[in-house]
Amino acid sequence: MADKRDKEFDAVYDISDPGHGYENRQEIYYNDNVGGRAVFVDSKEQYDPDEPYNDQVYIPEKDRDKAPILEVKGLGIDFGGLTAVDNFNLTLGRTEIGGLIGPNGAGKTTIFNMLTKVYEPTRGEIFFDGKSTKGMNTVDINKAGMARTFQNIRLFDKLTVEENIKVALHHTTNYGLIDGMLHTPKYRHEEFRIRKEAMKYLKIFGMTKTADYRAGSLPYGAQRRLEIMRALATKPKLLLLDEPAAGMNPSETSELMDTIREIRDRFQIGIFLIEHDMSLVMGICEGIVVLNYGRTIAKGWPEDIQRNPKVIEAYLGKSRGKMEEEEEKEKEDLEAAFSKGRLESAPSGKPDTARKESE
Amino acid sequence: MAERILKNISLRGLKNAVKGNDYRKEATISYGILIGGYILMQLLIAAGLIGHNLQGQLVPICVYISLAVSLNLVVGISGELSLGHAGFMAVGAFSGILVSRVIGQGISFEPAVVLISMLFAALMASIAGFIIGIPILGLRGDYLAIVTLAFGEIIRNIMNVLYFGLDNGKLKFAFNHTIDGIDSNDRIITGAIGATGTKTMATFTWGLVLCLFTVFIVLNLKNSKQGRAIMSIRDNRIAGESIGLDVRKYKLMAFIVSSALAGMAGCLFGLNYSTLVPMKFNFNTSVLILVFVVLGGVGNIWGGIIAAALLTILPETFRQFADYRMLTYAVVLILVMIGTYNPAIKSRVAAVWSKVKPKKKNKGPGKPKKKKAGKEAA
Repeated sequence: MADKRDKEFDAVYDISDPGHGYENRQEIYYNDNVGGRAVFVDSKEQYDPDEPYNDQVYIPEKDRDKAPILEVKGLGIDFGGLTAVDNFNLTLGRTEIGGLIGPNGAGKTTIFNMLTKVYEPTRGEIFFDGKSTKGMNTVDINKAGMARTFQNIRLFDKLTVEENIKVALHHTTNYGLIDGMLHTPKYRHEEFRIRKEAMKYLKIFGMTKTADYRAGSLPYGAQRRLEIMRALATKPKLLLLDEPAAGMNPSETSELMDTIREIRDRFQIGIFLIEHDMSLVMGICEGIVVLNYGRTIAKGWPEDIQRNPKVIEAYLGKSRGKMEEEEEKEKEDLEAAFSKGRLESAPSGKPDTARKESE
Repeated sequence: MAERILKNISLRGLKNAVKGNDYRKEATISYGILIGGYILMQLLIAAGLIGHNLQGQLVPICVYISLAVSLNLVVGISGELSLGHAGFMAVGAFSGILVSRVIGQGISFEPAVVLISMLFAALMASIAGFIIGIPILGLRGDYLAIVTLAFGEIIRNIMNVLYFGLDNGKLKFAFNHTIDGIDSNDRIITGAIGATGTKTMATFTWGLVLCLFTVFIVLNLKNSKQGRAIMSIRDNRIAGESIGLDVRKYKLMAFIVSSALAGMAGCLFGLNYSTLVPMKFNFNTSVLILVFVVLGGVGNIWGGIIAAALLTILPETFRQFADYRMLTYAVVLILVMIGTYNPAIKSRVAAVWSKVKPKKKNKGPGKPKKKKAGKEAA
C-alpha cells in the first residue's frame, strides 16, 4: 500500500524529468526574452565585488544545462516618489536554493510581492519559466507555478490543518459545484483522493497527528511548516519562502534546513528565500543576493558574500578606520572643489568662507 | 442485522456521530433538530395542544429557518454582511406565485405544482443574485452591506408597480397601470396590492422538506472544495489569492447559491398566503433574518435554526402582551447579545452551569467522592 502511494506521488512529481520539459522552452528563452547568453561566474578568481552585478549570473553548475526558472531584469518599484527597489537583477537555476538577504527595510519582501504580483513593478521585467509575467495577477502567477509563504504567517485559521492543504489542492480536485452541493460519488472519490494526498504532505513534515487541529491553534513552528506545505500543495516549480526560520530556535532551524533541502531534492523545484538567520542562509543557499536600501550591493556564492566588505558594512556599519578615511577623503574633495572656485554660488554650506578662500 | 441497525439508531450511536468530525456533528444536530421539531409539532397538533394561531405560523417558521440557514452561507461562511435577503425572498415569492397560477390551470397534482414553482423561484432568485452580485464583487464590508440594502429596496419598489395577469391563458404584464380587459379574477399580481387569489398550497411537510434541503445544500457546500475555498478567502484573502483561488468567483458562488435558496423559501412563503403584499419584504424582514443568524451564532447552522424558530414562535405565543411585545423583544435581544459576547458573563454562566450540571458527566472527581461516602458509611 505504502509503495503504491509513493508511486502515485512520484507520478505527480515526475522526478525522471527534472527539467519539466525545459528543452522545448529553451529556444524561446534564449531567442526573445533575454537577449544573449548569460555570463556565468565560476570560481573565486572571477569574483569581483566591484563589478556591476547586472551581467553576472550565479547559477550552480548542476542547473547550467537547463533554462533558469526565474529571470528578473532591472526590476524596480516606486511608492509615490520613494524608490523602494531599483535595478534588481536575478537569475535562478531550476533546482537552485537562492537566498535574498539584507538589513531590515532593504526591500526584500517588496521583491517577493513584485514577483507574485501583489505589487505591480514600476520598471523591469520578470520571466518565470521562460515567459514574461506581464499582465498576470497573483492568481495567474500561482497557476503558472510560483507559490509563496508570508513573513507574518497567513493561514486559514478557522480551517483544520488538513483543510488548509486541501484548499491548496483545489486546482487538482476535479468536481463541480453541483457535485459539491449534492455529494455525488464523484465528490466522494475525489475527496478520498485529495485526503490521501493531503496526508502525504503532512507525512513529509511529520504532522499527521495534527491533521484535525484548527490551523490557528498550532504552535508557531508548526504554523510555519503548514504554510510551506500549503504552498507546496499547489505543485509549484518555484517556492518563495519569506523568513521561514523567523521565531525558531537553533534546533528547529537546523531541522528546517534539512526540510528545505529535502523539498528541493524530492520535488526538484527551485527555492528562493529571504532569511535573517545567517547559519541557515550560509548553510543551504547556493547563490545569494544582498540588498540594501533597495539596491543590490552584492551577489555571489555564500563564501564570497561572507568576505564581501560591502555586505559587512551594510550589516555591521563602517569600521572606525574606514570612516575616518572617508571623512578625510571628503574633506580633501571639498578643499579641491573650493580651490577651483566651483562652490562659489552654492546656496548651502559656508558660502562666505568659501568665497573668501577662493579669493 | 436488525440489532445492529438499532444500535446505530440508539442514543449511543447518535453520541458517536456527534463525537465525530465537525461536519458530521453539525449535520447530525441540524437534521435532528429539524426532524425532531417536526415530529413534536405533529404530535402536539394531533393531541390538540397547538392553537390555531401557532398552527398558522408553522410554515413561516420553516421559511425563516431556511432563510436564516441560507443567509448564513453569505454572512457566516463567506464572511460578507448582506442586508438584502428579503429582496431575494420577494423575487422567489412572486415568481413562484406566478408559476403556480400559470401551471396550476393544467396540473391538478399539487405537490408537482409546488415543486416546479419552487425550482422556478430558485432560478429567478439566482439570476437576481447574479445580477446584483456582479457590481458588488469589488466591494467589501460596509459598502457591500449598503448596496445589498439598496437592492432589497429596489426589488420591493419594482414589485410595487408591477402588474401580471392572465388573458385567456396568456400571461401579460405591465408597469404602473392596471391591465385592461382582464377580469379581476385573472389578475395575479397587482402592484402595491400584491398577489391576490393565490391557492395556498404550502404545508408544514413542505416546510420541513424545504428546511432539510436548505441545510443539506449549505452543509454539503461547506464541506466541498468550493466551500473550503469560500471559507479560506474569508479567513485570509491574500493567502487565498497566493494559492490561486479566484476571489470574485467564489464570493459570487456563495452569493448566488444563497439567493437561490432564499428564493425557494420565498416561494413557499408566497404559497402560504392567499394575498401577499410587496411591503412584507421590506428592510425589517432582511434585518429580522440577519438577527436570526447573529443570534444563532455567525456560521453556526443549527444555532440559526433554533434562533429562527424561537424568535418566530415567542412573539406569537405572547400575543396577549402585544403592547409590550416589541419592547420585550428588543430587550431580550440586547441581553442575549451582551450575554453571548461578553467573556465575563460567559465565564460566570459557565461557572453556574458547572455547579448545576449533573455530576455524572465529570467522571474524574465524581468517583472518589462516592467511594469516600461509602467508606464513611461503612
